Amino acid sequence: MAEIVTRAPATRPWVSGVTLLRVAIVLFALVAWEVMADSGLFYRGVVPSLSAIGAALVKLLSTGDFYWNVGVTAEEIAIGLAIGGICGVIAGLVIGGNRFIAQAFEPYLYYLGPTPKIVFFPVMIMWFGVGGGSKIAMGAVSCFFPIALSVAAGMRQIDPVLIRVGFSFRANAWQMATKIYLPAMRHPIVNGLRLGLGVALIGTLLAETKLSNRGLGFLVIQAYNSFNMPLLYAILVVLFVIAIGINAVMARLVRLDDARRN
Amino acid sequence: MTTARLAPPNWLPTVVGLGSGVLVLVGVEILVRLGAINRFIVPLPSEIVLSFARVITEEDIPRRLVQTAWECLAASLLLTVFGVAIGALMHRVRLIRLACETWVAAFASAPLVLAYPLFLVLFGRSTLTIIMLAFLSGLPPVILKTVEGLTATRRVLINVGRSFKLTPAQQFWKILFPSALPTIFVGIRLGMIFALINVVAVEFLINFGGLGQLINELAERYDLPGTYAAISFVVLISIVFFIVTERAERWLRS
Repeated sequence: MAEIVTRAPATRPWVSGVTLLRVAIVLFALVAWEVMADSGLFYRGVVPSLSAIGAALVKLLSTGDFYWNVGVTAEEIAIGLAIGGICGVIAGLVIGGNRFIAQAFEPYLYYLGPTPKIVFFPVMIMWFGVGGGSKIAMGAVSCFFPIALSVAAGMRQIDPVLIRVGFSFRANAWQMATKIYLPAMRHPIVNGLRLGLGVALIGTLLAETKLSNRGLGFLVIQAYNSFNMPLLYAILVVLFVIAIGINAVMARLVRLDDARRN
Repeated sequence: MTTARLAPPNWLPTVVGLGSGVLVLVGVEILVRLGAINRFIVPLPSEIVLSFARVITEEDIPRRLVQTAWECLAASLLLTVFGVAIGALMHRVRLIRLACETWVAAFASAPLVLAYPLFLVLFGRSTLTIIMLAFLSGLPPVILKTVEGLTATRRVLINVGRSFKLTPAQQFWKILFPSALPTIFVGIRLGMIFALINVVAVEFLINFGGLGQLINELAERYDLPGTYAAISFVVLISIVFFIVTERAERWLRS
């Protein structure tokens, strides 16, 4: 008779090693920061204490002015993303759907995509003025390329059976786009939008730091000009949290979509 | 046979692509000359082409090019050394990898270039500010690709190393690193692209240094053909850079 071997359930530690290490790194970074702030190695105020940054953060988040500026930047990014996104999706559908057009024009998209877009800002100012228009244009130009390339690549990965089904039903170009291509390409479109949103955010905010009198980018450069270092750190913390948070949420959406499809 | 005859020749798409670009420029030239487009906003394309020679000779392009290239090179060297070292450490110590890989990925999506005012305070309006920002912006892809490349080393290669009783250092330099090199180079190439983008962007934003500053200066002088020519020049340099690094990556993978 086979002997039944009973194995004691593995005891899980209360806190995992990974969590402990993460906490240790964060604590070390905070302590190192405080030591630097008190060391006198840096010019006065360049590395403010954590309490000063915390106070600036609380003050920043409790003023209505901050949220108004967040609203201005969010509006510019949203409009820029909408314009660049729609143009990018259309360009991606056209390029991805036709081999000849792809061979003729995709190399330009591919090589222009990673160029530094901020150098176009002087041109955008001339075309759209010093107000919100030039910032929206920067956002639109920045996000157009990753979205177009992602959609074009996604278009080529559509199951040919779906396309044949569309043709067998004699679907016209609009029906093919709305009933076959777009639903089949939800994943690359969302992924393209995730990449596009990241670069649109950077493009818009950089433009605001260069020439603006409103928005989060303006707040950053205003804090720098008045040498309000705690406020500068506080705004950067908020910006990084927003950017990383948005990226994480979009990435989660893509993963959820993947899981649902599989 | 019929399909082969109907297929367009290989050169046709390239001609159509280039021809479309030329057609757009000719169209803009005509519209500007007719007054349909304000020439104080969009200069004549022919003026832009002619101003290339003027910008190259009068604005000291070779010196600016060398300065931008030097900043890119310094940032690339830094991100290669630190990125590969950190990636190798994360691969070697699993706990560090589990704890920090998500953070590195999150760091990759952080708009670090927006911290340029902070870097101005820390390092002054200098080359160091540009190099440090470019270095930090390009670091995450190198770390992540190094970890990916080292992790993907085939088990059989590692076992061969063990059978020869290689020391951990020999195992790394003779087995893991050569095997992971193509993937690591993908990360280095991405990092170099981020570095170039950030170098030019910060030069433009802080009005200091090479090619980025040139665009800012010409725009502030309201030298419209010069500004457009300088922008085109920067875009061309970027494209040449991407093509060269892409070829290098393909060569390394082949």
